[in-house]
Amino acid sequence: MTSKLLKTSRTGLPRLSEKGARRLNIALLLTPAMALILLLFMGGLVSGFLRSLGYFPLIGLNDFNLDAYVAIFTDNGFIRSFILTFHIAFTSTLIASILAIAAAMLLRPAFRGKRFVHFMFSLNLTIPHLVGAVGVLYLFSGSGLMSRLVTGAGLIDAPSEFPAMVFDPWAIGIIIQYVWKEIPFIGVIVLAILLSVGEDYESVARSLGANRWQAFRHVTLPLIMPGVVSASVIVFAFTFGAFEIPWLLGATFPKALPVLAFESYTDVDLAARPQAMAMAMVIAFMSSLMIFAYMKLSRRYIRS
Amino acid sequence: MSTSTTTTMDAPAPRRAAWRVTGRWVGITGLLAFLVAPIVPLFIWSISFRWFYPAILPTEYSGRAWAEVLNPNNDVVGVAWNTALIALVVTMLSILFGVPAGRALGLYEFRGKRIVEWMILAPIIVPGLAVVLGIHVLFIRAGLSNNLLGVILVHLVPTLPYMTLVMSGVFANYDTDFELQARSLGAGRLKTQWYVTLPAIFPGVVVGALFAFIISWSQYVLTLLIGGGRIQTLPLLLFSFVRSDPAIAGALSVVFILPAVLVLLLSSRYLSGDNAAVGGIGNI
Repeated sequence: MTSKLLKTSRTGLPRLSEKGARRLNIALLLTPAMALILLLFMGGLVSGFLRSLGYFPLIGLNDFNLDAYVAIFTDNGFIRSFILTFHIAFTSTLIASILAIAAAMLLRPAFRGKRFVHFMFSLNLTIPHLVGAVGVLYLFSGSGLMSRLVTGAGLIDAPSEFPAMVFDPWAIGIIIQYVWKEIPFIGVIVLAILLSVGEDYESVARSLGANRWQAFRHVTLPLIMPGVVSASVIVFAFTFGAFEIPWLLGATFPKALPVLAFESYTDVDLAARPQAMAMAMVIAFMSSLMIFAYMKLSRRYIRS
Repeated sequence: MSTSTTTTMDAPAPRRAAWRVTGRWVGITGLLAFLVAPIVPLFIWSISFRWFYPAILPTEYSGRAWAEVLNPNNDVVGVAWNTALIALVVTMLSILFGVPAGRALGLYEFRGKRIVEWMILAPIIVPGLAVVLGIHVLFIRAGLSNNLLGVILVHLVPTLPYMTLVMSGVFANYDTDFELQARSLGAGRLKTQWYVTLPAIFPGVVVGALFAFIISWSQYVLTLLIGGGRIQTLPLLLFSFVRSDPAIAGALSVVFILPAVLVLLLSSRYLSGDNAAVGGIGNI
């Protein structure tokens, strides 16, 4: 391949052809970053995968087997964790997407103070998840601010009467935190599409006799759907694999999958490590499914 | 939006419009209240001294938490600097490696480009926990666990792909003809980069860098595992106070938020949903 790209210059020394120079340039620009990503990300994945197959020379395990996967998939605790994690990710993504679309529609038209409102809307884009989780804890715990307000209104008399919204088996607090954080994320993306498309198509639909709902359902929604889907995929993958929010707000049983994986990994019993790695692989697999679904869906939307 | 269902078709148009405006403001107020709500108790806790259930507001206020958090003799200030320093180095490395890669992806078509794009997108979408366990095993063997270098390297996993993605978007709208013109007018390679390329991509680099900084600033589990407790950062410190001392946790949260709000103020002009800078911040 290299010989084709090398030409002999007048001085007799080999010189790169224009095409070869371009390729070399691209390779030089990409190599440092790709090497790092390959080494760290792919290296981490491959190393985790090998460990999940039981290959762990450090602790004397040298053969490949599927024991860890068999162990976790026959373990009721893992299955419960998986279902819980799926519920957290799915419910949060669904609620956040719907509310984000509603919010974007609300914020689209011109009104006084629009710039300020848009800024406030995007405020928690950069506020770390962890802070949101602490805030949700202090708001919704038994003796939290919400419980105090409800007590003040005379509806309950003791913290124990406040419905369990943190450390609860339905992960309500976790879902509230994700919805809180992801509405602006999805909303800002949808809002950008709405503002760039304008309201002309809707006006045409309205003047042709569509009511507001029909104009939204058949004109606006298809336009914003690609943006909603791509943002939702990122949100689903994130909420499926995020650690610190369920670590802080989750129940002791069942635990969210990332928490279970982390605890198995840091367990004193080294034999649990291949299982921890297998759980990490399950999380990675779920997010690759998301990437795949995203590809399929985005292609379908582009075609239609 | 919801008002259209409550008004009848024969209501006079101005009244319907008035209802719609009212409904919109109720909606906007509710939305903003929900988005600000979790931040409120953090502020109140940070200045509270006595705040027992069922008091809605603290019965006694005090500056104790703030005095402790801002006291230069306590670790908090040092830990905050540590966090900022890590984030700064991570950001610089992300720029150093991400800008060239972004240039290649934004400007050129080449064989295998899609694979390269997926390799950059994957670390953004795949959660950190799924890879950090494997990375930890590698880092133990390489002597990179429980130290600063290891933490900096592992923070590159989310930040470098992010920076590359942002820069690839910037370079996709960049015209290399200006560079050729500068070269044909006699400017050298370095001069061209400095006077032509850099000013053109500067806003993109700044926005990407600010967000890379915040991504590193807010990492929790990567630091916890790779740092092994030896490397303290603000998120780890905050976590340790959440249950034991809500006043300190509240003050730490406010300190933790400040750079995030600052970044948003600085970059909000460049942030619109269709640019890559937003797409990648799902993992802050």
